[in-house]
Amino acid sequence: MADFLLEIGLEEVPARMIAGAEAELGRRLNELLTRERLLGPSAKLTTYSTPRRLAVLVEDVLATQADIEEQLTGPSWKVAFKDSAPTPAAEAFAKKAGVDVSALEKIANAKGEYVGATVKKKGRAAAELLATELPKEVLALYWAKNMYWRAGKSERFVRPVRWVVALLDSAIVPLEIAGIKASNASRGHRVLHGEAPVVVDQAKNYSSNLRKAKVVVDVAERRQSIRKALDAATRTVAGARWREDAGLVETLVHLTEWPTVILGNFEPEYLTLPEEVLVTVMRDHQKYFAVEGADGKLAPHFLAVLNTQVDAEGEAIIRHGNARVLRARFKDAQFFWDFDQKTKLVDRVESLKNVTFQKELGSYYDKSVKTNTVAHSLHEVLKSNGFTNYNYAQMIQAVRLAKTDLTTELVKEFTELQGVIGGLYARTQGHDEAVAAAIYEQYTPGSTDDKIPATIEGQLLGLADRIQTIVAMFGIGSAPTGSKDPFALRRAANAIVKILAESQLPLSLDNVVEASGASSANKDQVAAFLRERLSFYLKDVRGFSYDVVSAVLATDADDVRDAIARAEALTAVRGSEDFAAISAAFKRIKNILRQAEEKGFAIQAAKGVALSTEAEQLANAAATLAPQVAKLRESRNYGEALSLIATLRPVVDAFFDKVMVLDPDPAIRGANLALIDEVLRGFSGIADFSEIVTA
Amino acid sequence: MPLSQLAHPLKPTSLTFQELLFRLQGFWAERGCVLQQPYDVEVGAGTMAPETFLRVQGPKPYRVGYAQPSRRPADGRYGENPNRLFRHTQFQLILKPPPVNVQELYLESLEAIGIDLHQHDLKFEEDNWEWPAGGAWGVGWQVMLDGLEITQFTYFQQCGGLDLDPICAELTYGLERIAAFLQDVDSIYDIVWARDPETGAPVTYGDVRLAEELQFSVYNFEFADVDKLWEHFRLYEAEAQSLLAQATVLFANEKASAVEKRRFPLLATYELALKCSHLFNLLDARGAISVTERVGVIGRIRTLAVGVAKAYAAQQIS
Repeated sequence: MADFLLEIGLEEVPARMIAGAEAELGRRLNELLTRERLLGPSAKLTTYSTPRRLAVLVEDVLATQADIEEQLTGPSWKVAFKDSAPTPAAEAFAKKAGVDVSALEKIANAKGEYVGATVKKKGRAAAELLATELPKEVLALYWAKNMYWRAGKSERFVRPVRWVVALLDSAIVPLEIAGIKASNASRGHRVLHGEAPVVVDQAKNYSSNLRKAKVVVDVAERRQSIRKALDAATRTVAGARWREDAGLVETLVHLTEWPTVILGNFEPEYLTLPEEVLVTVMRDHQKYFAVEGADGKLAPHFLAVLNTQVDAEGEAIIRHGNARVLRARFKDAQFFWDFDQKTKLVDRVESLKNVTFQKELGSYYDKSVKTNTVAHSLHEVLKSNGFTNYNYAQMIQAVRLAKTDLTTELVKEFTELQGVIGGLYARTQGHDEAVAAAIYEQYTPGSTDDKIPATIEGQLLGLADRIQTIVAMFGIGSAPTGSKDPFALRRAANAIVKILAESQLPLSLDNVVEASGASSANKDQVAAFLRERLSFYLKDVRGFSYDVVSAVLATDADDVRDAIARAEALTAVRGSEDFAAISAAFKRIKNILRQAEEKGFAIQAAKGVALSTEAEQLANAAATLAPQVAKLRESRNYGEALSLIATLRPVVDAFFDKVMVLDPDPAIRGANLALIDEVLRGFSGIADFSEIVTA
Repeated sequence: MPLSQLAHPLKPTSLTFQELLFRLQGFWAERGCVLQQPYDVEVGAGTMAPETFLRVQGPKPYRVGYAQPSRRPADGRYGENPNRLFRHTQFQLILKPPPVNVQELYLESLEAIGIDLHQHDLKFEEDNWEWPAGGAWGVGWQVMLDGLEITQFTYFQQCGGLDLDPICAELTYGLERIAAFLQDVDSIYDIVWARDPETGAPVTYGDVRLAEELQFSVYNFEFADVDKLWEHFRLYEAEAQSLLAQATVLFANEKASAVEKRRFPLLATYELALKCSHLFNLLDARGAISVTERVGVIGRIRTLAVGVAKAYAAQQIS
């Protein structure tokens, strides 16, 4: 038994890539050790990472693989032995297997009798196996963006490999990665420890050896220490709290080896800037946490996570430096805000002609004009459906001004605030609140976790803007393919589905596509794209199982909220035994009808044909239930409708038990087929049950 | 004698702008860098100077450093914004191939300009670089010191659309930012550029450059004659294209002699491409490039820059 440690020393790895790589390295090593039978009975694998290293420690690794016996099969016995004497074939096989001819055995299997040999295979040493196999696994790690650095060498990795530690207990495993030979010398914190090597004396002491060199290799520990330090620093301000930001915590966990936190201040006068701007500057540009007072409003402080530990003097220097940068950024933002007010949003509409939307599609001005048309068409649909619960003029005004903030200095500086800035400016410049709110929320939901716009005007702007983009991009052949979606059209379509799902708008996917003004050439393509996104939404966002989603969408994939209701009802009943039987029966019906079609059988109820009792019973039951189910369906009472359908089970089961549907007599066959066809059509209005996977 | 051992060691916080440059130049000269003077044609960044853009091509090792004034007409603010300049200064360093301890050397260079790393917070944060018009990209970091980006550190991977072998490390120090940081001033214009050795009287960045920032902002945004700029653009482009066409024929000709290939004026061709790039930036600042034109014009510059880079690579091995 031994402990195995691998540490790959790197130049700073991008924070966003570390967690994935750490997990993958652990998985790959685990698979390798499993495949090579090197894991001991109580093996335990732990992964570590910092910006400068990826590491795995495996406790209880076998020093050597166990020896194994293998049985080899050779030529047939008759060929190998003539009159009990070995032939050259037997001798050749024995030689190949490395055994004496006298050790050959007879193996009998279904095909006959063969010569066999049992060979002992000596287990290989873990060090030797790891040295040959592990480097390949390391170099196969996935990186979102990688590089090469050695002249004339083809290996790609995220950043140059600078050292490698590989130990079985205290013995160096002689492996080499990207030209770097493994040793027991790691490196510590760049500044706090310096360049002197950090010797890992025992694999299992990795974490404690590195801690002495001012590196916390355990990610969870750094996360916890950052959170604690944020709490502690915030406590120095009475009643204050730091703004929770799990994403930022993760980033900083992966930017530090020895994290500490300082609290800094900025001039309260900057609090007159909108909170959105202040938080964006702090979070996105400076990676600082914002601090709020007991009233929930921003307080003039920030929290910076450092990758070092300094004395009081150093803290003062660093606090001062960070505050200086933040002040300059705030000053810029203030300058831009004031400057932007000189030109009102309404006066910026014309200048959108100079902002490219997409090179083949012209400017944002052109786009706004088209979005306006789409928004108007959506309005017409709503009007015809009697939905008038919003202000049309304000919605159109929001569409007209939606993109004007792209010409502002503040958005040029903080592009992630587009929309938000427009909304804030609209409010400042005295536009109606509905206009401001719609502009503000036009890019929400940005992800499937986000909320949809709160106002109907905002929902309509969001729909019109996105469908116009999708249709235009499809029109120039820029539909997403595979993993390529450079214009984030899937995200746009996800947002459309989500808005339809979570708003009260009486709009279907087809309504949206129709309103988009898509050419007949790409209308179907866009509609199919939206349906695919609906399927994604039901499965990945709502968590419906794939067969439920297939069943529901096979029937109808146009009305998003209706599809959700049907999926909910179907999910509720699909576990019941009766319903499983019905699903199986419907699958059978479909198969039979397909066969019938392939064979060209007529589906026709002929008059005067005597049906079997079971068929009569099924026909009667179906005739009774169908109108009731239809009624429930129309009132969207899908749960009850499905329960009712499940009561068909006994007659359906009896029918399939007793009746041979494809009867040799064409008349009976035609009648049977007509019956099951009617059952299928009569009860598939909620979902195509044949799609349901039954155990 | 190394600069760091001069008889009058400067107080770290009082490094003037020019002393900052001296220190960096001295540090890197001691580590084998050729110190070049700034390239005397307008460029938007030190990367575009031929000492980087062309030298990175081919197998020959090279180390060079130079302070490159970098012109970005649209960034001008009439000298009114304390953090923004039409023309800033990049200390640009190319290490080809990169030494294995390139990051450690870089940290030493910070110590050399008076930054005690034990009293500061330093992070290497992912920041990849790309210049599409030059077919160039690399991966690397922005180096953050107490929350301030002080250097762009890039491992070049491709230039002119060609894989580099060996690659090089490019370090770009933002001199104004670093000086303002060291001197702890809130405005670039308050940076002490030089000090009278007798009286200690300062000459500030504003004294040296404010008029230039103002007048060039006025020119770039108000006076530059759009029609003439276009005309200049077309003239430079036409000459560059004509040279490139000849280069293409020459380098495809197996019978052409090595001497003939080596003397072909690709460096001059590249200069013409740089002229076009700068004129584009001026036209852009003037708001004279329409949506539909923009992509096309960038494409034309790319044709020139990438064309030269490819021909230059061929020239290096001829």
